Amino acid sequence: MTSATVTAAARFGRAASRVPDVVFRSGSGVLAWVAVGILGLLAALLVANSGQALAKFGISFLTGTTWDPIAGIYGALPFIIGTIASSFIAIVLATPIGLLTAIFLAELAPRRVAIPLTFTIELLAAIPSVVFGLWGVFVLGPFLSRTVEAWVVDTLGWIPIFAGPPFGVGLFTAGVILTLMILPTIVAISRDMITAVPDSQREAMLALGATRWEMITNAVLPYARSGIIGAVILGLGRALGETMAVTMVIGNRPQIPQSIFDSSQTIASQIATTFNEASIGLQTSALISLGLVLLVITMTLNVIARLLVWRVAGPQGTS
Amino acid sequence: MTNRASRLASLAFGAIVVIAGCTSPGATTGPTTGGQASGPPASGGMSQPQVPSGNVTLSGAGATFPALLYQVWIEKFGEAHSNVTVDYQAIGSGGGIKAITQQTVDFGASDAAMKDEEIAALPAGTKILHVPTALGAVVVIFNLAGADGSAIKKLNLDGDTIAGVFLGKITTWNDPAIAALNADVASNLPATPIKVIHRSDGSGTTNAFTTYLATVSSEWKDSVGAGKEVNWPTGDGAPGNDGVSGGVKTADGRIGYVELQYAVVSGLSSAAVKNANGKFVAGSSAGVTAAAEGAVDAFPDDFRAAPIINGPGDDTYPIAAYTYLLLYQDQTDATKGQALTAFLHWALTDGQSEEKAIGYAPLPAPIQQKALEELHRITTGGSPIWPM
Repeated sequence: MTSATVTAAARFGRAASRVPDVVFRSGSGVLAWVAVGILGLLAALLVANSGQALAKFGISFLTGTTWDPIAGIYGALPFIIGTIASSFIAIVLATPIGLLTAIFLAELAPRRVAIPLTFTIELLAAIPSVVFGLWGVFVLGPFLSRTVEAWVVDTLGWIPIFAGPPFGVGLFTAGVILTLMILPTIVAISRDMITAVPDSQREAMLALGATRWEMITNAVLPYARSGIIGAVILGLGRALGETMAVTMVIGNRPQIPQSIFDSSQTIASQIATTFNEASIGLQTSALISLGLVLLVITMTLNVIARLLVWRVAGPQGTS
Repeated sequence: MTNRASRLASLAFGAIVVIAGCTSPGATTGPTTGGQASGPPASGGMSQPQVPSGNVTLSGAGATFPALLYQVWIEKFGEAHSNVTVDYQAIGSGGGIKAITQQTVDFGASDAAMKDEEIAALPAGTKILHVPTALGAVVVIFNLAGADGSAIKKLNLDGDTIAGVFLGKITTWNDPAIAALNADVASNLPATPIKVIHRSDGSGTTNAFTTYLATVSSEWKDSVGAGKEVNWPTGDGAPGNDGVSGGVKTADGRIGYVELQYAVVSGLSSAAVKNANGKFVAGSSAGVTAAAEGAVDAFPDDFRAAPIINGPGDDTYPIAAYTYLLLYQDQTDATKGQALTAFLHWALTDGQSEEKAIGYAPLPAPIQQKALEELHRITTGGSPIWPM
């Protein structure tokens, strides 16, 4: 510490002062706590304003399947299932695609291919979600219904969750849109994690006579595992909360989906589309309760993810 | 995207109309009390509320349906009175009611009148005036290729059939109920399944449409009901009028409902609906004004629940609704109250001539008079701003 200060003082040609250190430490400390405080306030607000609906429906708010503002009956189950199912489809599709892309970019592709490709994939993250939504409505949805969905219904339609008819609007289309939206997150972080694996690991493996495939699966991926899990969890977080693109392609139908091609509705989409016009009182309170449920779902998943990372990498592992 | 572009185009068109209106004062119709705002106040005859001389900013929020009209009004009123700035945020009818309840705006706007429980939720002592400003129609749009492959453009529907379709009981386009109303194209009606597209967001449009269905179908009334957001028995939801017209447009066999303007903009066909006199009428601003004129006698004193759904008259289009501005009866800020009263007076007189050009139906004369009389009730500190 002392020698560092001396060096700095010598380099900048002035007396060392402790003031910047103190200001920096306390300033950044305050900002860090502000983030925690905001989360606390957010949770407090959600709990306070959801009271009316939760008091009226109790646990049946979570298990109810009817959402009827005219009759004043609110049940959140279709939204919870819609949220989890659409994000699950996205994770199932995005994890292998994202991981393989990241391996290609970090280990296999020559630099002149890897750099523009990385840039383009990261650009996907900059596309506004409403643009994804419009594209989903007018291009992707009709395309999927003619091709992938039609094929799946024809060949696997005897399994209830793959039953038709495919309209190009519903859980599956929403899942595909979400896949595209979370792919940049998964690719970028996984690629960084793979790049950060020390070369000594690779060299050791190669020195043992391993092929490239064996080197990647036996040395690189195990080393980067906790970071890759973290990348997937970040992607999942984005998928759970995504609103605009989902609302445009999911069909906005609060029912319990029987098939992955059924219309559905997510929590975020329901809140965003109906909050403005919701009447004051029970309906508003029910929507805020939905928000609370979403917060609980995301936090639970984050805790599970953290435990998973710890189990894989030990407590010092970071995401 | 196209909708946005054409809306901008129609806004530009409205602005041209506004400018044209300025250069030819004689062209304005309606009562002459509005006068030319920059000129001296009319001496003699009925007085008009004075615009305050200092700088005033009025903020309002609410319904999206009349937002285009209000924008044109604000622009034109601002040209004549540069010291008065009016700011309108189109956040939705429910948002407008919330904003005026929480007293964050100077006026609110809603496509549906405030319900009794919403009035009960107002801060103690607050009274809200409902001032109708314009009329809108809700039309049933469809996208249907006939059995011979050609697009079906004209379709007659009645209340029971529309209710049947939206209840999920009529499921194919060649259903006998639809065929019976369309003898001329009955043989061309395909067996295509009907797919309903409705609003996913709460909306004044949904309120007008479901109020109509609840009026004409007791089954709808008992099983679904009427409101800004209902528990739909069938179909998919799409956000906004744009979303519904887009959803209907993307695939064959779909049906939905939108505000009249959006049907025109999207180029989709809309059904002629059987009115209370048994005539099939296509949605148009003339049909809506006819509906409002037919229902003038039934217009309630507090202006709420104006019954122009399924009203009498041969030319009446049966699915129509008023849109309202919501005002505090007692204005705490005298200057703002004065400016607001003057703006509304202008909107209800000169402003009415702007409506047709941008796709709204102006108020029928008797309702316009009633609305103007309502402005006399606005007070500040207990005394009227614009005395009789």
